[in-house]
Amino acid sequence: MNDHMNPLTRRRFLTWSGIAAAGALAAGATQVDWDDLMSAAADDPLDPDAGVLVVLTLYGGNDGLNTVVPAGDDAYQDLRPELAYKPDEVLDIGEGLGLNPGMKGMKGLWDDGSLAIVRGVGYPNPDHSHFRSMGIWQTGSPKSAVPTGWLGRWLDATDGNPLHALAIDPVLPPLFAGEKTAAASLPAGGLQLPKGDLGAAFAALGEPVSGEERWQATAARSIADLHNAAKTLGGAVHGPDTGDREDDEERDKGASAGGKGGLAAQLDVVARLIEAGVPTRAYSVSLGGFDTHADERDTQERLLSELDSAVTPFAKRLAATDRGKQAVVLVYSEFGRRVKGNASEGTDHGTAGPVFLVGDRVQAGFHGEQPSLTDLDDDDLKSTTDFRDIYAVLLQDVLGADPARILDEHPGKLDGLVAT
Amino acid sequence: MVEVNERSAVRRLYDRFGFGARPGDLDQPFAEALDRLLTAPPGGNAPAPPDLPPPPRPEKNKKDKSAEQTEQDRAAKKKANKARAAQQKQLAAWWLDRMVAVDVATTERLTWFWHGHFATSAQKVKIAKLMLDQNEKFRKLGLGSFTDLAHAMIDDPAMIVWLDGNDNKAGAANENLAREFMELFTLGVGHYTEDDVREAARALTGWTIDRKTGVAKFVAKRHDDKPATIFGKQDDYDASSFVDLALSREESAPFVVGRLWYRLVSPTPPDEQARGRLLDAYGARRDIKATLRAIASEPAFRDEKTALVKQPVEWLVGLLRALGVRPSALDEKLQAKLYKGLMGLGQVPFRPPSVGGWPSGASWLTTAAGLTRLKVAQAVVEQANLDSLAQNKDKVEAVRALLAVDAWSDRTRAALGKVAADPAKVTALAACAPEYVVSA
Repeated sequence: MNDHMNPLTRRRFLTWSGIAAAGALAAGATQVDWDDLMSAAADDPLDPDAGVLVVLTLYGGNDGLNTVVPAGDDAYQDLRPELAYKPDEVLDIGEGLGLNPGMKGMKGLWDDGSLAIVRGVGYPNPDHSHFRSMGIWQTGSPKSAVPTGWLGRWLDATDGNPLHALAIDPVLPPLFAGEKTAAASLPAGGLQLPKGDLGAAFAALGEPVSGEERWQATAARSIADLHNAAKTLGGAVHGPDTGDREDDEERDKGASAGGKGGLAAQLDVVARLIEAGVPTRAYSVSLGGFDTHADERDTQERLLSELDSAVTPFAKRLAATDRGKQAVVLVYSEFGRRVKGNASEGTDHGTAGPVFLVGDRVQAGFHGEQPSLTDLDDDDLKSTTDFRDIYAVLLQDVLGADPARILDEHPGKLDGLVAT
Repeated sequence: MVEVNERSAVRRLYDRFGFGARPGDLDQPFAEALDRLLTAPPGGNAPAPPDLPPPPRPEKNKKDKSAEQTEQDRAAKKKANKARAAQQKQLAAWWLDRMVAVDVATTERLTWFWHGHFATSAQKVKIAKLMLDQNEKFRKLGLGSFTDLAHAMIDDPAMIVWLDGNDNKAGAANENLAREFMELFTLGVGHYTEDDVREAARALTGWTIDRKTGVAKFVAKRHDDKPATIFGKQDDYDASSFVDLALSREESAPFVVGRLWYRLVSPTPPDEQARGRLLDAYGARRDIKATLRAIASEPAFRDEKTALVKQPVEWLVGLLRALGVRPSALDEKLQAKLYKGLMGLGQVPFRPPSVGGWPSGASWLTTAAGLTRLKVAQAVVEQANLDSLAQNKDKVEAVRALLAVDAWSDRTRAALGKVAADPAKVTALAACAPEYVVSA
């Protein structure tokens, strides 16, 4: 970040201001030789064997127990009688568990051997705040608030080309904020730059000025990055306009914790970019609305159907190309929900939840232990797998990076999750 | 510390307490400008809010399950959804227009600040009238006492719908409102325990919203009247005494003052002494206007480094004001363009992304935003009267003065020079220059 804020001040600031907005603390400008990068992107498209990671964030705290459902467990039926699915309602995947009825496509992926489910994923001393917990997942740092995201640090550790990470979102998600570099972003509608003298003048606004104020320098750099991104991606992207989504009463009930819709359009753009061989190795997409404090069943089932109908064709499309076969999709949420239902036919904030990994290279099946419904910690599930154990696999086996540096020497790694 | 000069300090005052300076605003000395911003009667020249009658609620015919009836129900529901969406757009358009129209924008700027602080979204609240009523509370109380504002929010109908207060009843607490009220509105994360959340949720039980009238009503039999223990103190709390308790915590004043500083001054927090002075101004009355006055007189306010990235709405409203373009005067197509532009930039009034409000800083400076900003600026410029610019020989300098930018860098002067012959192009591009996108 900037020079006049040492780590101590920064931490105090985060405490004082109340919200750890990692995105707000993203890197200032670094000097990058764009001409070199441009010729590299043109001469040297992404290695067809290079792994690609697609991070899909479910905002709001998805109820894991009604996603991977222990329908046959009496404790589950007793603790949330109004919300519980009966065993014959869920899509059986063995070990007493079934997928939510909205996830028929993903049940197919499970049967085909391209879906892995890691159960009971969380971190020590779980935080029940959406913003703290999402911050923890996105920064990969449960112990202290840090200003960088886990993939932002990965980006810093590569050659600093922001194109290596791409958010399909106009606003930068904190996971992509690095100390030196921030990821590029692309609206689902694509990039059409102006031409002629206006185009030339616009590009010239992106020139660095030595000694410029740091936000202004960041603004200038974002314009330079835009032109770079458009040159590299422009031909590949003229996606659908996701524009004005019509409101959907059921799915909007859990909206107070953020995220957005239009997942299928976001993934469509990602699929095209992967197939075109752009040098991007990490993508971020999202789906919001999972904060189901009330009337959960319909709302969540609707959202999981949206997830299912976006991810399933995406996975099938990836499996059909060599580049696509190198891609792994990570699906996670900031926390699961309380085991016991509340009386609004919903659930309050909880702890551990399942994480999905989708792709040709994924070792399909269950990983991690299913948390007990009777041995609880203050009414909440005890996590059985640390999320950083999954990040370590993705960093090492998909992105080919050293996880120790990026995850602050976190020792765990969930071996056997991804084929190397 | 390098201090900015008087004229830049005045410009900063208009940027931070308003939506940027308009031609002529910078000719006043700092003290006079501050008085004008803090004491001018709100609402001079403001358009009245739209009339938002409750859209008809489709009654489902539960007994008749025939295909024909189901189809009728669906059509009725679709029609009602459409009517609601139209009202929401009407409301957002009105506010944007009002931000541009008012003579002195401080009240609108603080209304905008509080909307981001008590972030409530029409995505879930649906009924535009409830969003308007909440908005009017920000407008009425936003420069007064935070005590009044916090009390007004705890039983605000839009807030209750947004954070599931409607479902929070005795024996069946819903924690959403209680948690966010402490975490995001009054105390900050880490300044309460999980037990405090559970107990506070009980204190807030009993509030319901009449779906027809949109009125918040306290229903005694839904209220949990057993004593609750919050922050170690046991009492028969209700919503009002819970608010008083939360505000009395020592973490509350620094949190609220810190949020004002963060959004109006800088992401770098004030030093210890400045913080003390600001807290004195906020005081027992929790006086927001006095806090703003104290903020303006802080040395850090004039520090050259005290820069802030304009949020998309602040940027757009500032541009519309500087160019004298009222959104309401635009044709439907251009209005739609502005609305879509704000969507593309990730910030539409009445639709914050979550109860945590909008992001800040570099989050707005993405590659995609750069292009959207240019498209929006082109749409605005289309409607602006640029005659004075057209007659000026040095258009690059003239557009700098028009947008109240302190100075162009050599980079920007060179870039604008490439389109200097064309008043529309040079103005649209100037609006995208780093010197205008960021309030230095």
